[in-house]
Amino acid sequence: MIGLTHYLVVAAFLFVIGIFGIFLNRKNVIVILMSIELMLLAVNINLVAFSSFAHDLVGQVFTMFVLTVAAAEAAIGLAILVSFFRTRGTIDVEDVNVMKG
Amino acid sequence: MNPGDFSTALPEVLIAIYAMAALLFGVYSGKDKAASLVLWATAAVFVLVALWIGTSSGSRTAFGGMFIDDAFARFAKVTVLVSAAAVLAIGQDYMSRRDLLRFEYPVLIALAVVGMMIMVSAGDLMALYMGLELQSLALYVVASLRRDNVKSTEAGLKYFVLGALSSGLLLYGASLTYGFAGTTLFSGIITTVHQGDMSMGLLFGLVFLLSGLAFKISAVPFHMWTPDVYEGSPTPVTAFFATAPKVAAMALIARLAEGAFGSAPKDWGQILALLSVASMYLGAVAAIGQKDIKRLMAYSSISHMGFALMGLAAGTAGGVKAMLIYMVIYVTMNVGAFAFILSMEKDGKPVTDIASLRMYSRREPLKALAILVLMFSLAGVPPMVGFFGKFYVLMAAVNAGMAWLAVLGVIASVIGAFYYLRIVYYMYFGEDRAGIDAGTMRPVAWAALMVSAVIMVVGVVNLFGVEALAQAAAGALVH
Repeated sequence: MIGLTHYLVVAAFLFVIGIFGIFLNRKNVIVILMSIELMLLAVNINLVAFSSFAHDLVGQVFTMFVLTVAAAEAAIGLAILVSFFRTRGTIDVEDVNVMKG
Repeated sequence: MNPGDFSTALPEVLIAIYAMAALLFGVYSGKDKAASLVLWATAAVFVLVALWIGTSSGSRTAFGGMFIDDAFARFAKVTVLVSAAAVLAIGQDYMSRRDLLRFEYPVLIALAVVGMMIMVSAGDLMALYMGLELQSLALYVVASLRRDNVKSTEAGLKYFVLGALSSGLLLYGASLTYGFAGTTLFSGIITTVHQGDMSMGLLFGLVFLLSGLAFKISAVPFHMWTPDVYEGSPTPVTAFFATAPKVAAMALIARLAEGAFGSAPKDWGQILALLSVASMYLGAVAAIGQKDIKRLMAYSSISHMGFALMGLAAGTAGGVKAMLIYMVIYVTMNVGAFAFILSMEKDGKPVTDIASLRMYSRREPLKALAILVLMFSLAGVPPMVGFFGKFYVLMAAVNAGMAWLAVLGVIASVIGAFYYLRIVYYMYFGEDRAGIDAGTMRPVAWAALMVSAVIMVVGVVNLFGVEALAQAAAGALVH
């Protein structure tokens, strides 16, 4: 029998993979965008699981909002990435280093 | 949902409609000829809406408790609107002379301001998230506004990646809070918290929510984007980052902590105190080695956020009041300081090197005096208003039995005074070398600098009545 805990564990794993994807990735920025998407989808699994087990629709409404915002976020991220590529000629993570912080 | 809901949120609705109308107008009137017009119109709309909100009263909720209009929200909204209008006004000349003034800029700022207004009025995790994202998405774009410049696009990219990460953390916290409290309404969450002990799930949710928000106010250890984004963004955008979004995010933390987790100050008070101490010290120490004034202002804002968090960490009405007063003073000082930074140029090119201020007092005595007042005020030297901001948060911490936090704050403030005073030293005692040009300041920026400096001196009389308003605002939030 699959219970709430199983969903939460899967979501937690996906979320952690997403965070590690952002920090450990040394290749290029597209992978970071994918990791961000993974984190948001992990949250959606959480929300839908809670919503279904509590018989409360609010969580699923929240998921709809998250999906919409995630799409807008990806669009803006890609737009910024394109203008970065035009000025810098590369999208390698290691080359995002004009300013050292 | 009923018509009354929309009348409660009318200021937000109107600014959103204005932003869309301005976008259409900008598109139809051809490239960027109308940009200045749109910018001034946006600033005027902000000021008018601020006046309207400032004169309304009462406490209402709309959309089933998702949207709260109370004295606290109104205080934060007026601060956000006025500071956004001021930043638009002082940046206009800089942007148009460098061919940066596109009509999208004021439109994006207007949308970001709508997001901030929703944030400070949020009564539900969904409203919180949507407001925060509306603000963030607009800010990612303005950070990379100078899209043919490597630094600006890199600033936008860094801000986007770390901002999206923080939104993810916040959202994960929101999902856990929803799961373990069974509702997304703040009023529902606080009922669950009151009923018994904080469950482990709720505690985790709280920690994730607070770390997501700590990114937005650039509290240590979530500050690493701040210096790069401040340095890389066009200076008027940096001025905006340093003011309105900080007020909104700080008010949102207050609303979330007091409104949804109110009876658990032991839990979130410790987290906020930790963030506060780390921010004050990192901001004070790391700024010492900076040569670029925009990076210096970044560390300065990290340090100031530490002090504002100290008020919140106290967890009392007095603490919230101190935080609100601190934020108003901080924003006023920053508008003045950035009005000056925007005018720093040499041979028509903007410079941000602190060493270029050498012996500025000899060329521009009046402006040098105004900067001196602002720097003293930022450092918290007693006769200036900046001192009273620090005094209120320190008192709030002491009254809440956190004397250790107040002592650490005083020490951090002394360390931080060094780099503000170094600017003053350069202006008055540095060796005389070719520095920035004199007489490059336009009337609007000049007025903003002088007004801000005068407020820092005259305000000591009664803080222009801000204290009573902040008191009422804090009273509406903390019961």
